[in-house]
Amino acid sequence: MAVAQTINGALRRVPAWTIYIVGAVYAVWEFWRALNQIGPYLVEPINVLERAYGEIALILMVVGLTVTPLRNWTGVNLIKFRRAIGVTAFFFVLAHFLVFAILDVQSVSRVWEEVVKRPYVTVGMVSFLMLIPLAVTSNNLSVRKMGAAAWRKMHKLTYPAAILGAVHYLWLVKGFQLEPIIYLIVIVGLVASRYITFQRKRQLA
Amino acid sequence: MAYRWTNTLTKADITPKAAYLNRRQILAGTIGLGAIGLAGGASAQNALEPNTLEEITSYNNFYEFGTGKSDPAQNAHQLVTSPWSIKVDGMVDNPGDYALDDLLSGLSVEDRLYRFRCVEAWSMVIPWNGIELADILNKVGVQSSAKYVAFETVVQPENMIGVQRRVLDFPYVEGLRLDEAMHPLTIMATGIYDEPIYNQNGAPIRLVVPWKYGFKSIKSIVRITLTDQEPPTSWNKANPREYGFYSNVNPTVDHPRWSQASERRIGGGLFAARQDTLMFNGYPEVAPLYEGQDLSVDI
Repeated sequence: MAVAQTINGALRRVPAWTIYIVGAVYAVWEFWRALNQIGPYLVEPINVLERAYGEIALILMVVGLTVTPLRNWTGVNLIKFRRAIGVTAFFFVLAHFLVFAILDVQSVSRVWEEVVKRPYVTVGMVSFLMLIPLAVTSNNLSVRKMGAAAWRKMHKLTYPAAILGAVHYLWLVKGFQLEPIIYLIVIVGLVASRYITFQRKRQLA
Repeated sequence: MAYRWTNTLTKADITPKAAYLNRRQILAGTIGLGAIGLAGGASAQNALEPNTLEEITSYNNFYEFGTGKSDPAQNAHQLVTSPWSIKVDGMVDNPGDYALDDLLSGLSVEDRLYRFRCVEAWSMVIPWNGIELADILNKVGVQSSAKYVAFETVVQPENMIGVQRRVLDFPYVEGLRLDEAMHPLTIMATGIYDEPIYNQNGAPIRLVVPWKYGFKSIKSIVRITLTDQEPPTSWNKANPREYGFYSNVNPTVDHPRWSQASERRIGGGLFAARQDTLMFNGYPEVAPLYEGQDLSVDI
């Protein structure tokens, strides 16, 4: 617990908006590297950029879902960063979608065709649509207007959205690949852990 | 025996080595303006300009060396390609284990500038150096009972990280119908841009079937078998719904998970335009091979 308190103490001095700054810098940095075809962007920058934005979105969703269990199990409290993590994840999903639509498939009719015909795109799109109301209501005014209970209930959409994001990744790769399977297991585990502790609490009461 | 297939492209169409080595530097100088990608995309639709050696050797699918596009370039140096022998067996007059040089001796290496279309909907243009597969098959003597040719990729588990991870059921295997194998467009490539073929591109010898999706063009071949049965093929085994035996490039038949109607030519940068995919990847001369076949069924 002493370690957790030291970490919490150090984090108290870090403002939550740091997450947005770091996120924006990372997004611009990757775009700049893709534009100039540096490093992994050497040969086929479009696909690589699409994937980079998608993957960081998944990572941020995992981090966001870890905040509560981390506090419950270790006492490390990242709750004040959670909104910024979630909103940044949304912006990367948006960037991922824009690269897909504008740079990759390049026309509205083809975007529609992909969404309708390809299940892995459909699943990714549903996840994206679920995140939109969450991003829009990620502010104190919305919490007040909706009421905390209703707001919290709606923001549970994070769980299916994150799971669908991982399914989207698993579905698009060829052959047996470990990475998307790990994302799916971790996200499903993080979501499940909430219901397991919830039920345990209920039993105790 | 050479040049039975005449290319509409000539050696003059191949970018000189000095130019393709320098292109990156030229791009690096102008790309900051942000306009070069758009210009490059538009011109790529018309002229068949070969990709640079750098592009061809650093963006590969060779799952024995990892699933990332840059993994083969990073890991394939571990492949041991010398000595190299190829087992030729099945319905042939002269079966045996051939040293690569013995198998190819007396056969002529030709320059073939081919479009290369990946099933993932990207494409390149590659100046291969290779030998017509028909020449090799005639040399070993195909028996009249043979109807198919099966190929197998080398497995060096200690040198191939993807083999350890079992991404596919290795060894990678592929196959062609005998008439496809004997078609003058079908070559066994040993070089690119007059250099020995890089490991990540399938050293020391690989198949190139330009009217089929790239995964049919099996790399680093150690076995050729003549058979009267349709041979199993790796991607078909992994996912029969998505990958058929024929896998001809066909813009009218979509892959279940992505459209095959268009493709992106590698090398256009971040703003590269898509272009329409051509039937048989722009090699209509192979159409007679499939007369009477419904290509929406025989995928």
